[in-house]
Amino acid sequence: MSEKVTALRDELVSKLNAATDAAAVDALRVEYLGKNGSITGLLKGMKDLSIEEKKDFGQKVNVLKEEAGKLIADKFEEIKNAEIIAEINSMPEFDISTPANLNRGSYHPITLVQRQCEKVFKSMGFHVEDYSEVVTDYECFEALNIPKHHPARDMQDTYYLENGQLLKSHTSAAQNAIYKKYKDALINEGKPIKAIFPGRCFRNEATDACHENTFFQMEGVMVDKNISISNLIFFMKTMLSEVFQKDIKVRLRPGFFPFVEPGFELDISCLICGGDGCPSCKHSGWLELCPCGMIHPEVLKAGGIDPEEYTGFAFGLGLTRLAMMKYGVKDIRDLNSGSLKALAQFTDDE
Amino acid sequence: MFLSMNWISDFVDFTGLDKLKLISQFSLSTAEVENEIFFKGSDIDGIVVAEIKEVNDHPDSKKLHLLKVDAGNGELIDVVCGAPNVRVGMKTAFAPVGARIGEITIAPRPLAGYTSYGMCCSEKEIGISDNNDGIMDITDDLANGTLIKDAYEVDDIIFEVDNKSLTNRPDLWGHYGIAREFAAIAGRELKSLDSVDLTKYDSLPRIDMKIEDPLCQRYSCLQVENITKNVSPVNMRIRLFYCGMRSINLLADLTNYLMLEMGQPMHAFDSRKVEKLRIKRFEAPHMFRTLDGVDRNCDENTLMICNDNTPVAIAGIMGGLDSEIVEDTTRLTLESATFDAVSIRKSTVRLAHRTDASQRYEKCLDPELTVPAIARFVKLLTDIDSGVQVVSSLTDEIAYSYPTRKLTFDKKFVDRYTGIEIDNDTIVKTLRALGFTVETEADTFNVTVPSWRATKDVTMKADIIEEITRIYGYDNFEINTAAVPLYPVRAAEEKTMEEKIKDILVKRFSLHELHSYVWAYYDEYKDLGIEIEDNIKLVNATNPNIETIRKSIVPTQLCQVKANTSYAPSFGVFEVGRVVEGLKEDGLCKEEKKLCITLFDKTKSVEELYIYLRDILAVITDDLRHASLSFEAIEATHSYEHPRNLNAICLNGTCLGTIGIVHPVISKKIDKKAAIVFAEIDVKAFSGEKNNSIKYVEPSKYPEMEIDVSFVSDKYAPIGKAIEEANCPLIKSVKLLDTYVDDSGKSITVRILFSHGERTLTKDEVMEVVDSIIAKLDAQGIPMKK
Repeated sequence: MSEKVTALRDELVSKLNAATDAAAVDALRVEYLGKNGSITGLLKGMKDLSIEEKKDFGQKVNVLKEEAGKLIADKFEEIKNAEIIAEINSMPEFDISTPANLNRGSYHPITLVQRQCEKVFKSMGFHVEDYSEVVTDYECFEALNIPKHHPARDMQDTYYLENGQLLKSHTSAAQNAIYKKYKDALINEGKPIKAIFPGRCFRNEATDACHENTFFQMEGVMVDKNISISNLIFFMKTMLSEVFQKDIKVRLRPGFFPFVEPGFELDISCLICGGDGCPSCKHSGWLELCPCGMIHPEVLKAGGIDPEEYTGFAFGLGLTRLAMMKYGVKDIRDLNSGSLKALAQFTDDE
Repeated sequence: MFLSMNWISDFVDFTGLDKLKLISQFSLSTAEVENEIFFKGSDIDGIVVAEIKEVNDHPDSKKLHLLKVDAGNGELIDVVCGAPNVRVGMKTAFAPVGARIGEITIAPRPLAGYTSYGMCCSEKEIGISDNNDGIMDITDDLANGTLIKDAYEVDDIIFEVDNKSLTNRPDLWGHYGIAREFAAIAGRELKSLDSVDLTKYDSLPRIDMKIEDPLCQRYSCLQVENITKNVSPVNMRIRLFYCGMRSINLLADLTNYLMLEMGQPMHAFDSRKVEKLRIKRFEAPHMFRTLDGVDRNCDENTLMICNDNTPVAIAGIMGGLDSEIVEDTTRLTLESATFDAVSIRKSTVRLAHRTDASQRYEKCLDPELTVPAIARFVKLLTDIDSGVQVVSSLTDEIAYSYPTRKLTFDKKFVDRYTGIEIDNDTIVKTLRALGFTVETEADTFNVTVPSWRATKDVTMKADIIEEITRIYGYDNFEINTAAVPLYPVRAAEEKTMEEKIKDILVKRFSLHELHSYVWAYYDEYKDLGIEIEDNIKLVNATNPNIETIRKSIVPTQLCQVKANTSYAPSFGVFEVGRVVEGLKEDGLCKEEKKLCITLFDKTKSVEELYIYLRDILAVITDDLRHASLSFEAIEATHSYEHPRNLNAICLNGTCLGTIGIVHPVISKKIDKKAAIVFAEIDVKAFSGEKNNSIKYVEPSKYPEMEIDVSFVSDKYAPIGKAIEEANCPLIKSVKLLDTYVDDSGKSITVRILFSHGERTLTKDEVMEVVDSIIAKLDAQGIPMKK
């Protein structure tokens, strides 16, 4: 009888070896271990055996049953593993070298540069103000100590509207409103005025690669009891170094603007050559960047602030020029061109 | 303006100082110097004075002469020369063998069969004038062999100052004023100007002169006669030439020289033509021929210099042709005057004629300058031409004087403005060097502003700060942050939101931010068939194409989209920009800030694109206001709007703007196949709406139940309304699952989510609610789709 057990085992082993998929193995499981399976069937032929033989044979069958179960489970595992390996092997190598599809949007470069400047000043406690594009003669000139006959008021420079208003020719047009907005807090609560106001400006002139009739500036003012020229230089240098992410050398030259006294032209060390001289800076090592100065006493007065008690500085940064310098835009007209080929290149830059 | 270092050195001793360094300090302390510095005379070397001893005709050439030249070295040199003005006994500038002119070193050179051992030079060749008609004719008594550079001021450093940086400094329009700055910067003395004492002519007759118009502030004049010389000294001509002026004749040169030296424009009349000098305006416009031969239309606002009633010059701008100095002039009347700056400027603009004189008068010249300029003129003239006689007394009338400007300030004031320590001695020394009179009392300074700075430039204490600090040098400033009290700064809501909107549109929806112009572009609008809507206009646009201010950004953006159709099959652009919606009641412009979005797509249906744009707006509203938009159909009122599907965008009952589809006529002009949709909302109104706070709802621990139900309906709105009106607290959300069209029409499937925070839901209670919604809709003729 025990030969039968051995034979059956050998038969199962050889059939299992021949099986190639899970279905075949499952069929063998039913064939040998099912209710009517061959191994179960062995026990049926036991009735003629002696008790001793029964006991011995039964034990052998049970051992076989257990072994067969394990063999089948192992075979299942083996086939599953083979399938995984086959699946892994069937995975093709994807071409990751193809150009990425970014499908991204873009900011206008002015927005990027404006944000960088705003970030620096916000970190130093400056308000960021917004101002209208259509302003009055008073805001744009009168309140800024620009007398009636000053060339800046000539018709050829400023766009005037039918109702006597005008398109602001500089962001300084917002100064008076800013002073009036914050003067009470300054005078009554001792809160210094610290504000920047970026905005669109307009000049009535023909456009070319270097001239636009619509461009952006960012004005900044700071007023308190002891604001000095020394402070002005500090803030300009700090802001520009932060914006350009490197130590920027600045120098001041006297400059005449009716709304500041003293007034300065601020130059920065050339970004291209670092000050050694190159075609970009006309070999001077310096780039003229922004007019600034100590706020003219008449301008403070027009804003309701006593110039005997308070001093302040103001600057007018050319955001458009800054953006052009920062990104190497050579033709100013690209900025208002609406051309996506040009402008879709400007992703986040903070 | 070009400036000569030699000229400046007449008044300041620069011994031992680096002139180039001083020039760059001048740029930082006074006015911007252009980058290019001219080293005059540097390109010639070894040119000497030589005498032509013999002139022989060249046998084969009509032009060439064979010369024997004495260059002072004891031998006669053979020179072949083509100049027409050679003559025996003439002294000229001679470049012997070994001399250098530019890149060329002179060597013996065969010329038409003869060898030339050197070259006679024209003034142009040695760079001291533009005269190239013949070789230089030296009339001064100079020994042969004298180096030209020793004889004349050929070597000079010329620099240019940007005129724009001098607009506020009338005193810097002449070398003497510039020299004062250099003296202050260098810490050297400023020498006084040599001149004559005019009081010695007081007994001579007065000139018949009268100021009849307040626009003339001061008029000084003097008559001289017996002028025998006509050509200016070489050094004077060189200086004029180096400073950009052409030498004309002695008198014209002298007036120009005085102007370049002292900044005071002068004019010389033929005395016969100005027997009765009157300064006035005419009541009617009249034509007047200026000395350049041009007839100019002078109106009733133009101040004129007249001989009684005949105009002889346009005051401060240019003299007349008829009163010019001519061959037979024996006596001349010298004018040195000051006129109202604004009047001169306006006349210049009206006449479209700007001159060196008017340019100076526009800056508010110092009236105290007129008499010293005449005294200096007489000094220079008599030095050159000793026989000249003054034949009138100084005739000087003052119609307007600037008040003497006195300012008082203390050390504390300076400290506060500068933020650094500048000691009292430095303050006093600096101001005195610039011509201010300074008296001190402890820490108080009493300052009198010199007349040449008091016409408009220095009027208040803050002006004094500039004087002190610019000479001190901004490069020498210690820089410090401000010591100010700290307070929190709250960001402005509108501004913050504007930036967040940009972030959402760029980062989440991949749109592109563009900038544009605030006016309507006639040509581009016309191309697309967009009507230019009447609105406030610019009155002085140089380009008539941009006259009307836009009322909306949408047309602008449609033009931009058209220009970008080849960029990609689908893209979207946006801008936060301004428009003017007519005038307010007070007559001022109603300026609004708008967010405008336009989407262009060749891959989506117009419906998909339209709904996508709706979703963009919904995301912005949800993100920034935690609220939902509603829409109301409106009538199209603009040429670019499609009459169907135009909706007002509303939030909490406030209309914020519109969303719509581009009118097919315009849409087809942009692209025949693409869908184009737009939306424009008012940024201020949007930011003014309440921002709901986030309300946290704890997730239920019990199973939720989702019910999907379809209705046969064209629109979602009644379904949404019915669900809302069921007012069931168990309903947590409603989603649009699907829409489809079949034989029974359009169907909309929604998924309603039910949940209870504290217990498991029963099917019955949920179905009761669903059934009530179905019944309600069914009653409205919206059956459930089985």
